[in-house]
Formats: sequence, C-alpha cells, structure tokens
Amino acid sequence: MWIEVTQLFINGLLLGSILALGAVGATMIFGVLRFAHFAHGDLMTMGAYFALLVVVSLNLPVMVALPVAMLMTAGLAVGIDQVVYRRIRRVQPVILLISSFATALILRAVVQMIWGSSNQVYATGIQMPWRIGPLAIKPDHILIFCAAAVLVIAVHLFLSRTRMGKAMRAMSDNMNLALITGIPADRVIMWTWAIGGALAAAAGVFLGMDTRLHPVMGWTLLLPVFAATIVGGIGRPYGAIFGGLLIGCAMELSTLIIPGAYKPAVAFAIMILTLIFRPQGIIKGAL
Amino acid sequence: MMELSGLISYAVFFLTLVGIYAILTLGLNVQWGMTGQFNIGIAGFFAVGAYSTAILSTDRADNWLGGFGLPFPAGLVGAILITIPIAWVIGRITANLRTDYLAIATIGIAEIIRLFFLNESWLSNGVRGIPGISKPFGLGNNGYLLLVIGFVALVYLLVEVARRSPWGRVLRAIRDNEPATAAAGKNIAHFRLQAFVVGSCIMALAGALYAHFVGFISPEAFRPLYGTFLVWVMLIAGGSGNNLGAILGALVVWLVWSSTEMLAGLMPSGLVASESAFRIFLIGVLLQIILVTRPSGLLPERRPPLPGRDQ
Repeated sequence: MWIEVTQLFINGLLLGSILALGAVGATMIFGVLRFAHFAHGDLMTMGAYFALLVVVSLNLPVMVALPVAMLMTAGLAVGIDQVVYRRIRRVQPVILLISSFATALILRAVVQMIWGSSNQVYATGIQMPWRIGPLAIKPDHILIFCAAAVLVIAVHLFLSRTRMGKAMRAMSDNMNLALITGIPADRVIMWTWAIGGALAAAAGVFLGMDTRLHPVMGWTLLLPVFAATIVGGIGRPYGAIFGGLLIGCAMELSTLIIPGAYKPAVAFAIMILTLIFRPQGIIKGAL
Repeated sequence: MMELSGLISYAVFFLTLVGIYAILTLGLNVQWGMTGQFNIGIAGFFAVGAYSTAILSTDRADNWLGGFGLPFPAGLVGAILITIPIAWVIGRITANLRTDYLAIATIGIAEIIRLFFLNESWLSNGVRGIPGISKPFGLGNNGYLLLVIGFVALVYLLVEVARRSPWGRVLRAIRDNEPATAAAGKNIAHFRLQAFVVGSCIMALAGALYAHFVGFISPEAFRPLYGTFLVWVMLIAGGSGNNLGAILGALVVWLVWSSTEMLAGLMPSGLVASESAFRIFLIGVLLQIILVTRPSGLLPERRPPLPGRDQ
C-alpha cells in the first residue's frame, strides 16, 4: 500500500512539474492580458513537435533540442499575438477568448497535417527504470525534474532581478498603476508571450518524453493547467508552481480510489472548490 | 434523373443538420447573446439530450440502461426534463463566476459528461454507443426535415418573444451593466440561472433531434469541435444577440464547413495528410478573420423598441 502511494506520489510530482511549467505561462498571460488563453495546451503540443523536428532531422538528443523548441515556440507565440490577438485586444476580452479557442484548433490541425495523428516518440526502445528498493524511477524522470527545476529558478530570477520581470509583475498586479508609471506595455506583452510560449514548449517536450507525442496531448492537459492556475491564484507564478504540483499529485493519487479515466475530473473538482471557497487562490499575498 | 434525386437527398440531409445546429445556436444565443454567459460546454448538454432520448425511446437492450421503448414525444420531453436539474446544478455552481472562469468551468463539465458517457457503459454502452434510434411516426428523411424546420420555427418564436419581453430586457441589462441592474433591484443570480437553464434545455432538444436523425450516437459525436466550437462560430458569424442572425449563421457556417470538405478533396493528397485537420484549419482561420474584421457578425444585434415609445 505505502509503496504504491509513494510511487503514485513520484508520478504525481512528475506530472505536477509539467503542469507547473504550463501553468506559470498561462497565469502570466492571464495576469498581464486578462484572458484565459485556451490555446496554451496546443502551444505545449507545438513545442513537443518542434523538438521532434530537431531530434529527427539533426539526430540530436532531446535535451539539446529542448532550447531550440523553446525558442521556436516563443517566436510562434509572439507571432500569433502580433498577427491576431493584438488586433482584437481593445474590443472585448471575450473576443480574445473565442479567438484563442480558434487558435487552439488551428495549431492542432497544423500538427495533424504536418506530423499525422498517430503516436510518436523521441527515442525508440525501452528505458530500464532504476530500482530504488521497490520503487521504479526512469532516468528520464530525473532529467525532467532537474530541467523543470532549472527553468523554474530561471523564471524566478527573471521576475525578481530584471527590470522586465518587475514590469511584468507590476502589470499583472495593477494594470493602470503600471501604465501610469510609464511601463512599456507593448514590450511587456511581447515578453510575456515569449516566456509563456517557451515554458509551454518545455512542458510539452517533458510530456512527450514521459509518455509519447500526439496531436491532442496538450489539449487534454489544458484543463489541469487551468486548474493549477486557479488554485495558485491568477497572475501569480509562484502560486502556479504550487498549484501544478498539488493538482499533479491529486490526479495521480486519486487513481487509488476512482477509475483512472476520471483523472481530469479530479483536477476540475479541485478547481471548482477553489473557485467557490477561495477565488483568490490558496496562497495569498502578492505574486 | 438519378443525379437530381441524389442532389435533393443531399440537400435534405444538409438542411436537417443546419436546422439542428440552428437550434443549438439559438440556445447559445439565450446564454451568450442575451445574457453574456460564456458557455463553452455546449457539447455536454447536446450529449445529455441525445443520450436521454436514446435511452428512453429505443427498444429493450441488455447491455445498457433501457431502452424503455417510449414514443418520440416522450423522448424529447424526457430529454428536457433530465436536462433541467443538471443545468440547474451546473448553473448554481457557476452562477457567480466571471466570464473566463465560467468558460473554463463549462468546458470542464462538458468533458466530464463525455468521459462519463464513455466510461459508464451500464448507462450508455460506452464507446460502442447506442444504435437503433428510429425516426418518429415512420417519417423518412424528407418528413423529418419538415419536423426539424417546425422545431426551429417554434424555438425561434419562443426565444424571440422572450427577447422582447421584460425578462429579455433584464437579461440584456445584466449583460451590459451588471451593477446598474443590481441597483435597479433585480436578482441577478436568479435571472442568470434561468437563462442558463433555458439555453441548456434548447441545446438538449437539439441533441434529441440529432439522435433521432442519425439513429446512432456514441461519445465521439460530442467532442468539443462539433458540439461546441462550430456553434460558437455560427453565433459569432451570424451576429450574437440576433436570433435571425443565429439561424443565418448556422446555415452559412455549415455551408462553409461542408464546402471545405470539397476544398480539402481538391488538395493533393501528399500535401494534406489529414483531410479533417485541413478543414478544421480552414474553419479556424475563417473565425479569426471574422473576429478581426467583423466582430458583430452578418446581422448585428438590433435592440427591440421600448414599449410605449415609437422609434
């Protein structure tokens, strides 16, 4: 029993760090631009497939392809914003929401048209898990944990040490006050998309390493990512990390009690409870 | 001669689906166009309506709940009666949520409803779906088209009367200025909940009509793309808030959606690995163009005249 729980807990932390990376980007976009970005899951998918492109065409290991995929997805996110979202930003936030729903479908369709809709993997062959007592941990899992931790620390340093990071937090905290103090809104928005896109790509690549690549892989994670965003409190990157880990562990541990097919429902239930009882998120305080 | 009859039967098939989508779009118009509720869980209510009538009206089966062999009208009424408590509970839970949160919550609920029908095979026969849902009164495709048109007209009349009524005015007031409406002494939560339940019941009615039309339903038919996204494109393209616009949007968008099938067929097969993906791509781009260039739709909303004032 305890072995099983520990194993599920490890799986949960793994899923949680993937969710956290997606949620940090989603929460920053939510905070700065005030809309739920429904294409975020499909940005994750895009990132995963960009990495596949690099892995297959240049024959490189995934971890080397990761930064390239992050850069490409960041560029894609900024591009989508410039071409579509920027034009409708001033109309109504809801129009942006519908538009991001359309973006999600377009990205997924592009992935299907280019790479097909069957499952794909970065590296073939079975990876032997390390046995620590009765527990099984794959080397890839350690790699994902470490890389996720490095990215989270990088985001922390960016938000707390750089001018741009501080400007981003200010805009997320109080838009009007930030604009009065002369923060360059357009540049902050571009940086927000770039970082959100890059982190989404990392999440997608890690998800692809852990399981496999599929055109709907990101879409199915969108709901848990939003749940993590809301549990952590909208616009709070540190809350999103906590929310991601919490949702990930809850989803994995829930399989002890209910059928695994209902995992997304667990994330959703936690989110609804948060919205009803603590709409400001579980952790209080600035960011 | 053969070609002509083939063309006619295609037109009948096409128009029946347009009619079903028009009812869905009218339901969404009550929620979004009139009240400003951002429901992207349309597919969920569509599924509840379709499964309700399927279970109520099919013949006895061993593998899933029912069928109870009830007549068609009982299936439709049952679909709506089953939807009312479900929509009421969902509406109560989500009553105070802001637009973005409501969107996330409703799409979550729709996905959970789909998961439920997919996994609880004692109820819905799981992934294999429920076959043998017959058309009512021995109608063929042509007769069923007339029936669907009748329902479109009925729903249009009801929704249009509601829109012009004091009730509809309160909904629009909530949409446009919530604090002012609350200050005028209206119970916002009540009106929101009513609009949500009414809209959801209309969606369930469309689901029931769909089930009797195609004769077979499975969870696959209730993915967010067909059930939710196309309906949103229809309402936005037609003009949200305008009921005629909702019907026109259903016709135009389904025409575009059907013609993308031909367009996708014309593309060289090597270039387009997946035809359906290409269609989704085109319809997504179309929506983006509409949103950027003409966000109020083909028929923008026109306010009904205020009573006692000539305009």
